[in-house]
Amino acid sequence: MRIAERYRLRTERRRLLLRALRKGASLRTVADRTRKITQGDILLFCTLRNEQVRLPYFLEYYRQMGVQHFLFVDNDSDDGSREYLSAQPDCSVWHTLAGYKRSRFGMDWITRLQIAYAHGHWCLTVDPDEFFVYPFCDARPLSALTDWLDDSSIKSFSAMLLDMYPKGPIGAQPYRPGQDPLEIASWFDAGNYTIERNGKYANLWIQGGPRMRIFFADQPQNAPALNKIPLVKWDRAYAYVSSTHMLLPRGLNLVYDEWGGEKASGVLLHTKFLDTFSAKAEEELARRQHYGASREYIAYHHMLKERPELWCKWSEKYINWRQLEILGLMSKGNWA
Amino acid sequence: MTIGIVMLVHTALDRAELVVRHWSAGGCPVVIHCDRKVPKREYEDFRNKLSDVPGVAFATRHRCEWGAWGIVAATQTACEMLLAEHADVQHIYLTSGSCLPLRPVQELIDYLAARPRTDFIESATTADVPWTVGGLDAERFTLRFPFSWKKNRRAFDAYVRLQRRIRFRRRIPFGLVPHMGSQWWCLSRRTLEKILNDPRRSVYDRYFRKVWIPDESYFQSLARIHSIQVESRSLTLSKFDFQGKPYIFYDDHLQLLRRSDCFVARKIWPKAERVYRAFLTDAEGAMNRTEPNPGKIDRIFSKAVERRTRGRPGLYMQSRYPNDGWENGLTGAKYSVFQGFTELFVEFELWLSRTTGCRVHGHIFGPGNAQFANEQFEINGALTASAAMRDYAPRDFLTNLNWNTRGERQCFQYSPRANQAVAWDMAKDTNAQISVISGAWAVPLFQTGGDFVEIRREAARLQKVENEFLATLRSSYAKARIKVWTMADFVENPAEPLQSVIDEIGSRSVRRLSEMPKMVDLTGFGEFLQNLKNQGMHPYLMGDFPAHPMASPVIEKPRKPYLIQK
Repeated sequence: MRIAERYRLRTERRRLLLRALRKGASLRTVADRTRKITQGDILLFCTLRNEQVRLPYFLEYYRQMGVQHFLFVDNDSDDGSREYLSAQPDCSVWHTLAGYKRSRFGMDWITRLQIAYAHGHWCLTVDPDEFFVYPFCDARPLSALTDWLDDSSIKSFSAMLLDMYPKGPIGAQPYRPGQDPLEIASWFDAGNYTIERNGKYANLWIQGGPRMRIFFADQPQNAPALNKIPLVKWDRAYAYVSSTHMLLPRGLNLVYDEWGGEKASGVLLHTKFLDTFSAKAEEELARRQHYGASREYIAYHHMLKERPELWCKWSEKYINWRQLEILGLMSKGNWA
Repeated sequence: MTIGIVMLVHTALDRAELVVRHWSAGGCPVVIHCDRKVPKREYEDFRNKLSDVPGVAFATRHRCEWGAWGIVAATQTACEMLLAEHADVQHIYLTSGSCLPLRPVQELIDYLAARPRTDFIESATTADVPWTVGGLDAERFTLRFPFSWKKNRRAFDAYVRLQRRIRFRRRIPFGLVPHMGSQWWCLSRRTLEKILNDPRRSVYDRYFRKVWIPDESYFQSLARIHSIQVESRSLTLSKFDFQGKPYIFYDDHLQLLRRSDCFVARKIWPKAERVYRAFLTDAEGAMNRTEPNPGKIDRIFSKAVERRTRGRPGLYMQSRYPNDGWENGLTGAKYSVFQGFTELFVEFELWLSRTTGCRVHGHIFGPGNAQFANEQFEINGALTASAAMRDYAPRDFLTNLNWNTRGERQCFQYSPRANQAVAWDMAKDTNAQISVISGAWAVPLFQTGGDFVEIRREAARLQKVENEFLATLRSSYAKARIKVWTMADFVENPAEPLQSVIDEIGSRSVRRLSEMPKMVDLTGFGEFLQNLKNQGMHPYLMGDFPAHPMASPVIEKPRKPYLIQK
């Protein structure tokens, strides 16, 4: 890497960190239990707005996985999410009225909290509709993975976003609080992903899946990015650049092998397409607070009127991580 | 008579404590060396907890840096202590805090009692094994390594480079042949005493102090000098990955560990509750009096190394994205590409799928949407036929198609009208079988007729595109199995080339084609070409096609399918 380029990236990273400190000033503490965090705890960071219905299962899922502390930023929910979370013994909650878009889609807030609490911890940064799956997750807790990553001197772990959808029209089956969303949205696309390398940040740019297939069929270049690096052994000098798609310093983005081998990786099961989706899409379209001038939500809006079915004959029904491994969506790498 | 345990610990002291109790209950004296890096309070706590266990002693603490001398020094101190204090010890077993005995201690004692003079120590000369990581095999014995590999990699590498440049070589002490092997050994009292009381020990120690990773070579080399009988294998089941760090066993490995029949396994994840419970408290454990047989575990771990270093050919995903030409195969399975066949034969796809049993697609790279077999819009993996998505990433489309349908050979049609972005990818792919009838693109133009100016322009364009494609196929980078016929040659005698193409696919053992595809009516095609020539557009890719129908018997009447039988 040329010195000038290194310097530029370094400047960018520092700018992101400073920006996080500035934007983070809008955070108001609702429940601060961060004193409970002890050395070696695995932390989960999450931004949300009006996700009450998803939270019970979300917390249960990640508690069982072995996350010890949850740090939530609530972007002015009015459905009781904030009250629900602040009553949980392992959650710390911050509240903000600031705009989602103007805080880099929540990343400024998350980065602010990470500067303060994440240093030296393994950190999982996910949305309330994302469920992390890693090799052997049915038999080994998350700390087995992080211990192994520590032993292998690996600092970041990739988990591609895998869009899950129901069979039949979206919203045909109502989602109850506490229910496993995969009972409804249990289908996914196994092999229609496109990959490109991003020269500047050295990360892979993955697109495809049902969202490209249905919503962006005629403008594939605008389909949402699916590459994510949600699990990172945090250092206060790190910063996510765009959502959790990529980080700086960019060495953390090298989660893929370039010599033909496979590194270990997981999957984020993205359960966006439940019955809550239409209402959410309407709201987000009105708020215009999403990435790329809410391009994604405009596309949803147009398509949703036709009550589309994401399911097709070749959709794959989710069974477990081994299935995803065999299909080549994730890999055990050399973890055995 | 018993065995003595030397245990090196640095983390997970609570687990080490359990194991120490287990050894001690089996009647083995244990000398523990605890890394000096462990905080004093923790260490004192650990000592106190073990104060009620008989036969446990603590050796002077050394600072143990990975790859440095400290570990050997610690082992020496602990061994000296053990030999001095326990005269009844016949074998000394070196273990770590994360080692776990898998079989009852008494079985190990009996096993070693039956082999009183044998030293179980893996030791091989550097020239003969490819174990090492980082390219330092013989050099670890001839260079100096004052810098830590883990903490100060840059200085480590720079100093190695410097020594290489000035051709620095250390002298290996006389009589010593460097050997390497697993750090975890089991030596007989006699051999170990000889090693520790060697009059030249100070010479050896001074030498090994600057060798890289001496814990893998100090005892291994000296045992070769002093031992009567070296059994070059470790009794500790310990597998290493491609970077030289040990594999870790988890709860889900429990059954594998039980069936391995090994005496001791390393390394166990400290939080693997079920494994520890199973082997330390179950009285029966895995009680077969057999030789260790870690075959199955070996296979699992060597597969993991394979996956990490070579991966699954043909797969592109978030954690496998090989650079161009670094992959081991662009695709994972063989496939066939046909250019010019659908133009020349009626319902060629149907015939091909009948003859070979393969999945035969139409023109998947266009023009227009991909024509998948059976006119499906989506196929395996929910890959769609949409032209926009295909042309957005044509190479991904090709690799996805192949990956999604792995296990079933794919055939598809290609033409100068198709997206040419994958031409190089296919030409360079050893899995591709590309068969081209050059010039056949002119047949549809001839059939549709219409505005001749338009046809002429289109013919010129297609000829240029196909010519480029043929140049690609002829390039020295092309690795696919490629066959090109001019249309004139092919029409002359279609059976033979078709047979050779089918033979190469070789799915069904067809000796002879029993049925030929029906060729389109080419009456007037020669004149059509002549017309193009007259317009100043020379179609040269189809070979010498006779301009006048009477000149050639081939195109006088539609050819009948025929059959050759022996």
